[in-house]
Parts: sequence; structure tokens; C-alpha cells
Amino acid sequence: MSSDHIDEVSGISTTGHEWDGIRELNNPLPRWWVITFYMTIVWAIGYTIAYPAWPLLHSATKGVLGYSSRNEVKNELSAAEAAKGKYVAAIESKSVSEIAADDTLREFAVAAGAAAFKVNCVQCHGSGAQGSKGFPNLNDDDWLWGGEVDQIQQTIAHGIRFASDPATRLSEMPAFGDIITADQIKQVSTYVASLSGTVGDQSLVAPGAKVFAENCVACHGDNAKGNKELGAPDLTDAIWLYASGEAAIAAQVTAPKQGVMPAWGARLGETKVKELAVYIHSLGGGE
Amino acid sequence: MLDNTQIERIEPTPVNSAKVRQPMYAARKKIFPKRASGSFRQFKWLVMAVTLGIYYLTPWLRWDRGSFSPDQAVLLDVANRRFYFFFIEIWPQEFYYVAGLLVMAGVGLFLITSTVGRAWCGYTCPQTVWVDLFLVVERAIEGDRNARIKLDAGLWTPRKLVLRVSKHAIWLAIGALTGGAWIFYFADAPTLLGELFTGTAAPVAYITVAVLAATTYTFGGLMREQVCTYMCPWPRIQAAMLDENSLTVTYNDWRGEPRSRHAKKVLAAGQLVGDCVDCNACVAVCPMGIDIRDGQQLECITCALCIDACDGVMDKLGKERGLIAYATLSDYNANMMLATAGGSSSVNPALVRTDDGLFSDRVAHFHIRKIFRPRTYVYMAMWSLIGLGLLYSLLTRDRLEINVLHDRNPQFVTLSDGSIRNGYTVKLLNMIPEPRTIVVTMQGLQGAEMVVVGDDIPAGRSFAIPVEPDRLKMLRVFVRQPADQIRAPAQTFKFRVEDRASFESNEYTATFNAPETAR
Repeated sequence: MSSDHIDEVSGISTTGHEWDGIRELNNPLPRWWVITFYMTIVWAIGYTIAYPAWPLLHSATKGVLGYSSRNEVKNELSAAEAAKGKYVAAIESKSVSEIAADDTLREFAVAAGAAAFKVNCVQCHGSGAQGSKGFPNLNDDDWLWGGEVDQIQQTIAHGIRFASDPATRLSEMPAFGDIITADQIKQVSTYVASLSGTVGDQSLVAPGAKVFAENCVACHGDNAKGNKELGAPDLTDAIWLYASGEAAIAAQVTAPKQGVMPAWGARLGETKVKELAVYIHSLGGGE
Repeated sequence: MLDNTQIERIEPTPVNSAKVRQPMYAARKKIFPKRASGSFRQFKWLVMAVTLGIYYLTPWLRWDRGSFSPDQAVLLDVANRRFYFFFIEIWPQEFYYVAGLLVMAGVGLFLITSTVGRAWCGYTCPQTVWVDLFLVVERAIEGDRNARIKLDAGLWTPRKLVLRVSKHAIWLAIGALTGGAWIFYFADAPTLLGELFTGTAAPVAYITVAVLAATTYTFGGLMREQVCTYMCPWPRIQAAMLDENSLTVTYNDWRGEPRSRHAKKVLAAGQLVGDCVDCNACVAVCPMGIDIRDGQQLECITCALCIDACDGVMDKLGKERGLIAYATLSDYNANMMLATAGGSSSVNPALVRTDDGLFSDRVAHFHIRKIFRPRTYVYMAMWSLIGLGLLYSLLTRDRLEINVLHDRNPQFVTLSDGSIRNGYTVKLLNMIPEPRTIVVTMQGLQGAEMVVVGDDIPAGRSFAIPVEPDRLKMLRVFVRQPADQIRAPAQTFKFRVEDRASFESNEYTATFNAPETAR
């Protein structure tokens, strides 16, 4: 077992270890490699002291630098909040119409509102705010409860027919199926359809107008232009929440569908609601 | 019986047999290039002055672009994404000009290499120029070749310490100046210089200076020829670029061999003597540490300093210059055939000379005509075509542009009067450094009108809007068409932009969508 034994085949010295006549060639690692390897070990020891590393029973060592990835996220988030701070403060203190009038604030509110919209509103109103049957399109210029920016803010904050919010927007169209006859429903449906240019049975229009005057004008108005105070839709325009045409109108007169929108004020806070209102108002239909 | 005498025995030598195992790593042999003097050295000083001058002074050149743009002649404004080159301003989307210039540089390099060999390597490559500069410092401090060899071999005396420390300090200073000059290309140079010294410049400026100082010092001072030999791909590519008509630095052994240090004695003994006196001056001056008499080789950067060294020796001996000279392979081969009597004997320098000792008429010399051959014509044609194409494109490019993005969600909105509205993001690009009033007009789409969001512009088919100098203006535009004017679910129309002062205009063809039912 001498350490200077030379292997005959390869001409390389062996380590001196021998098992059943098998010897191990001595091919040491390059020195730079070994030094680098030892340096990584030293580094690793320092690292486990400086940073959280060793698992304990219920937690792990904290590390002398006190680093934690949660803190890092928290710091980044608070830095982002701080960067937004002055805009958020301005939005808090100003009314929505003031925000909409200020270019910088409006831009900030539109961006923030768009983000909040993607999280909270797209489920019903669609990702482009285009709505669908029963859920209003927020891009157009037809507003049930008013399209001015403060009216939109009120709608978002308190919802529509949302029972648990005392300030919610409330209206209820009676089910006329129990109040007027089937013939009258057909007449009034033909009349209402004719207001937006759908030509039906002309003989029903005049009686329909009479039925309308007796039952509907209280909410929808003498000229059927609706009433935003009551959320009563304009029946003369091209936009219909629940499909257009006589049959759809008749169905709605007989047993109206009444949509519900939740109140978001308590949930999102006043600032977010303001941002959302400014964003919705900017979509193109705002009044 | 086996008769193994019948088997031919050969004696090959394996490149790396077990008995004489060699490591793959070759330790660097120190090179102490001697100072050369001569016309090529003069030319190299000139090239060095010009290239270093361009590098260090360019950022300080001013160019008046009016009050809305920086006045630095060459500026890579990364923060604002603009590139200024004298009268040219390039936006990021026009980067193909830079790509075109790089292609031209590549083809130009092919052209130069196929005609005059590795002239780029030998004269203008930054590595060569900076190594030359570092050698100037080394010689000034430690002396020329012999003094440096002696100093290097000597003990670490205080004198050696002082010399070495001052040399490396100056090298580092040059490195810092190199990195320092680089950053001025990316910001207003005078402002940045002030910031740099008051410690208020951006951290990236200091980091860049430090990185470039370190690389310049390492490449130019410590690694030198190893960068060319081991790191640079160009020595490998050059083999494909050279042909038999390319000029390369050549040792003309058809007149130099057989070399001898004792010409008179050998001559007296009746043996052949060439012009080479084996003084090794060519080896001593070589910054790559090679012997050009071994022939053209990968390490040779064709700096031509060996030509200067040899010419000096030939002058002293009263012989013709050009024992080492720029020559083409075809000329060299022709002369070699002459000197070896068609390849039948070893070199006999007497064969290339007449009886009175002058070169015979049959010795081939380089003629300028050899530069003009099909290959170089092709390179020249490619180079100038790309150049002309870029120039044409530069002179006719638009400085007023419009880009339009059609809203996709929702594609269209039905309004209460039944009309259809489409939304567009319109980007107006004012690419000159002056404010302009841009007129945007709709063409086509009967009865439709535009509304600009957030602006007090009345609805209409045309509006004028001011755009800041050298900026993009983004507008939200709603286009609304009455229900009875809608002809198809998808109609095309044009946004036209116009500068009524300069008569520049541009167009964008956009689509207007409507629901199938709206007719």
C-alpha cells in the first residue's frame, strides 16, 4: 500500500486504496475547481446564518439579516401604494365631477377603475362592459338611472334593488298580467313596439295608446321617454335590456324581470367606487 | 509460419500519447514587442490618432436641432428612445437603418479582407488600437524590448515596483477614460461630465465606466494577443475571405532563402545565400509574437510592423526592400516557381535575379488591377446597393405618421337612436423636432362623424389638433354612423392626417363594424 504506486496501463499514480486487486486511479480535481467548491461551502454557511434557513420545530431560523420574502412583497406593495398616494388622496377628497374634469386625475382614475372593473364587474357586464341580455351595456348612451358621473357613482355605491342597502335604487314594475287583460297587453305591446319604429297591427295601436295612458305613463312618462328618477326605461329608443319586439314587450308587461345589482360602496370603499364611476363614464356613453 | 517481416511498419506519432501527455492548456509566453519604425508604423500612428480621436471626441460635437431636441451630434437617447446622428433622427421603429449599416459594415469587411487582407485586424480594430496605446505606455515607462525583458526577469527591486505600479496605474486610467468616453454617447456629454464628478450621475453610468475600464485594462494590458488568438472569431472566418489575389503580409522566401547569419562565409564556401540574414527583427517587433517567415498563420493580424523592421535591415544591407511585403498568393507562387525552377529544386535566389544582381523581369509584382475582380465587384455592388437603398429610404421616409387600433371589445355599440358607434385608438406621430398642428380627416363612411374623447372638439368629419415636437399623440376617437347609412357589417374608410404647413400627409385604412341586423 504505497501511495506512489503507478498504474501500468494508464501510467497514472493510484490513491493507494486497493480492493481485491482493484486500485483507484489518482485523478485529482483541478485546483481551481476544488477552491471554488470550498468557497461555495463557506458561502453556504454564511448564507444560512444571514438568511432564514435551518428548519426548527414550528418555524425556521430567521437569519441575522432579518430577511423574509413576505416582507419584501409587503415593502414593494407599500412602495407602490406610496407612489399612488397623492392621486388616491386627491380622488378621496374630490367629487367625481371634479376628478373627471382634471386630466391627470381622470387618467389615473380611468386606469384604476379599469383594473377594478376587470375584477368586480366583468362577471355581469362583460369584459368590454358590453353587457348582455338583462345586463346593461355600459358603452352606450342609454342610462336607466342616469349617465352623469355622480349618478353612475350613486348606482355603483348603492346598487339597484339591493335589499340590504337602504339607499339602493329602488323601483318595481308591477306584473300587469294580473291587472289588465290579455287583449290589453297585446294592444299596449303593439303600441310600445311602434314607438321605436316596429310596424305591427295598426288597429291595435290606438287602443294600445289608451291602455298605455291609463297604466304606464306614471313611470314611463306621457311620451314614453322613461324616467331616470324611477329607473323607468325609455321605450322609444333602439336599446332594449330584455330583447326587442312585441312578444318580448308583452312578456315583460305580463311578468317583468327585475335585475338586481349589488351595492359596492361598502365592499370596495369610496375611492374605488369613484374610480369605477369615472372609468364607466369614460367609455363613451357618459352624459 | 508467420512471416512478420512482410508487414510494413510505419511510425506515426500520436498527437497526445500517454507517455508524453500534454495538457490542453497552453501557458502564455510573454511577448515584448520592439518598437518598429517605418512607413507602416507612421500609418498606424495616424490611424490610431484618427480612430481614438473619433471615439473620444464624437460625443462632444454639437448639432443644432432647434429648441425642442438635444444638440448633441451623436446621441443614443435610450430614455426617450431616440437616436440622433447629425442630421438624422431615428425612432425605434426605424432601427432597420442601423441594421442596414451593420450589414454594410459586414459586406465592407468582406470587401476589405478579400483585397487587402486583415486590414481591419491590423489597423483599425479597437483591440489593436488599444493594445498599441498600452504598448506606448509600457515602452515609455519600462523602455524598449531588451529593457523590458531584463526588468521582467529581474528581482522585485523598489525600482521595478515603481515602474510596474505606475504602468498599471496609467493603464487603468486609460481604461477609465475609455469607459468614461463611452457613456457620453448615451446622454448629454457636458451635463453628464458634471454629474459624473459631483457624484450625481445615474448608477448605471458609474457601473458602465467600471466595467469598460476593467475590460479595457484586461484586454488591452493583460491579455493582448490572446484576445485575437483565442477569443476573436474573425481569425477563423478570414480563411474563407482570403483568396489567391488577396494581399497579405508575406515573407518572400523565394528571395530570402536559404537564410544565413554568415553570408560572406557561406558564399565563400560556394553555397547559396538568400537575402534573409536571420536577424529576427521581424519576430522582435511582432505584437503577436509569431515568426512571419513560417508563412501566413491564424495569429497574424497583418499589422505590417515586420515589413517596417525588415525594410530597415534591407536598407542597411543595401538590398531591395520587400523581403517581407504585402503580396498575393498568386504572385508569391509564381515567384516561388521561378526560384525553384518549377518546383524541381530548393529555393535558389540566383534564379530570380539577372547577372548584374537585379530582379529579373519575370518576377511578379502586385498590380492594382488585381483588386478589381468579379468577387470584389460583387461585394462593391452589394455594399453600394444597400447604401443607396438606405439613402433612398432615408430621403423619402415619412415624418408624419398615423397608426390606428380598432376597439375589439366591444367591436361596436348600438346607441339609443339606433346609430352605431366604433371606438379607435388613434396615434399621431410627429417625427420632427417642431410642434405641428395636424389635421385629421375621415374619408368614406357616409354620414359618419368623429368625436375625440376628452377634448372639446365638436363632432365632425375633420379636426385639427396640436402635437408636441418629436412626440406621439394618442387619441381616443369614437366614430358614429346613423343607422340608415350603414351599408355592410364591415365597411372600410380612411383616417387621413395632414400638416397643412408642410403639405405632408399620410393615411390609415380602418374598418367600421356594425351588427348584421343594423341596416
